[in-house]
This record gives sequence, structure tokens and C-alpha cells, in this order.
Amino acid sequence: MTAAPAAGLLDAAITGALVLASALTLLCGYRIVRGPTVPDRVVALDTIGTNVVAIGVLVALSTDRSLFVSVALVLTIIGFISTVAVARYVIEGDIIQ
Amino acid sequence: MTLTPLAADAVASLAVTPLTAAESAASTGPLALARTLVTVALLIVGSFFLTIGTVGLLRLPDVYNRLHATSKATTLGAASVFLAGFVHFGPGGTGLTSTIGIVFLFITAPTGAHMISRSAQRMGVPFFGTTAWPDDAED
Repeated sequence: MTAAPAAGLLDAAITGALVLASALTLLCGYRIVRGPTVPDRVVALDTIGTNVVAIGVLVALSTDRSLFVSVALVLTIIGFISTVAVARYVIEGDIIQ
Repeated sequence: MTLTPLAADAVASLAVTPLTAAESAASTGPLALARTLVTVALLIVGSFFLTIGTVGLLRLPDVYNRLHATSKATTLGAASVFLAGFVHFGPGGTGLTSTIGIVFLFITAPTGAHMISRSAQRMGVPFFGTTAWPDDAED
């Protein structure tokens, strides 16, 4: 019974962080559209990937389903691999040689 | 056919989200209260760093400055959110997954930022202002 306001606080914090992370993910789209160079767009996509990782962990906290933490971990790995692939592609012209 | 009850279960679990979180936090005593407060503090820190990273991505003038903002601030933000997941779920299986996520973020984010900045420099993306690469400054 004493933990009831704390639980309400946790729900409010999770909801606020979800809304904030979603808004930040949307704002990163500006840099993808208007970025003057290709590395700008890669940086913006990497930031979107990190924000979506945070959203995954927040969804896991919100629904109490530990499955989404694994989803966030896999998204981290995919984001790193795609960043390295694009960074190699823009200077080498191909990825696997 | 087998997917339909699973999807219905997922939708029902999403619909009763505040109830489940409240039940899990109110299950035990003052330890649960401390855990909830630590989770909230880590979520606030993570949201702050995510905001700083995105503001730096939008406002800084150069791709290298933007990398400086996002690769540090966003990594700390996502790692704080992972740490909040570790505190909330406990040191069991899911908390271990969160720890692996933190370690992986701290290894891969500087590596990816370094590769992007190196490829940007090889592409010839100019620096902001009068900054020059050391080899070019000697010429």
C-alpha cells in the first residue's frame, strides 16, 4: 500500500520517457532529410537506432515483458553492423571484398 | 491459427499496462520502493542524455561535431535506460540481457562513430570554421 504512489511515479516516468524518446526519434528525421552529406544521414540513422533501442527497453519496462529487452539488444547489434557497413560502403564502394 | 491467441494475449497485456506495472512494483516491501525510485532516477538520466544527443545532432554545425554529441550522449542515455531495465527486472535472465546490452553499447558505439568519422574525412567532408587536418596544415 505504501508503494502505490511509487508505482504511479514509475508509470508516469515510463510514459514520459516513451513520449520523449518517440519525439526525439521523429526529430532525427530532420537531419536525415536535410543533412548536407551522407555521413550526416548515417549519424542520424545511428541516433534513431539508439533511440529505438531505448524505446524497446522502455516498452519492456512498461509491459513487464522481458522479451523486449532481447529485442533491444538485437536492435543494438543490427544498428552497429549497418553503421559499419555504410561507413565502409561510402569509401570503398563495396562492403565484402 | 496458432498465432491468433498469442496476438490476442499480447494485445490484452498491452491494454492493461498500468495495472501490471503497479502490481509488480507494489508486490513486496520497502525494497521494491527503493528499486522503483532507482528505476525512475535512471529513466530520467537516460531521457536527459537522449535529449542532449538529439539536440546536438540537430544544432551542431559539422558532421564531426554531431558525432561528438550523439556518440557520447546517446550511448550514455541508452545505457542508462538499459541499467533501469537491469534494476527493474533484477539480476536474473533479463537483467543479464540488459548488462550484455550495456557492454555491447559501450564497445560498439565508439567503434561505429570512429568508422563514420574516418569515412567522412576520406570522403572530403570539410571541417567547420578554420580547423584543418594536421597533415594539410603543414602544406
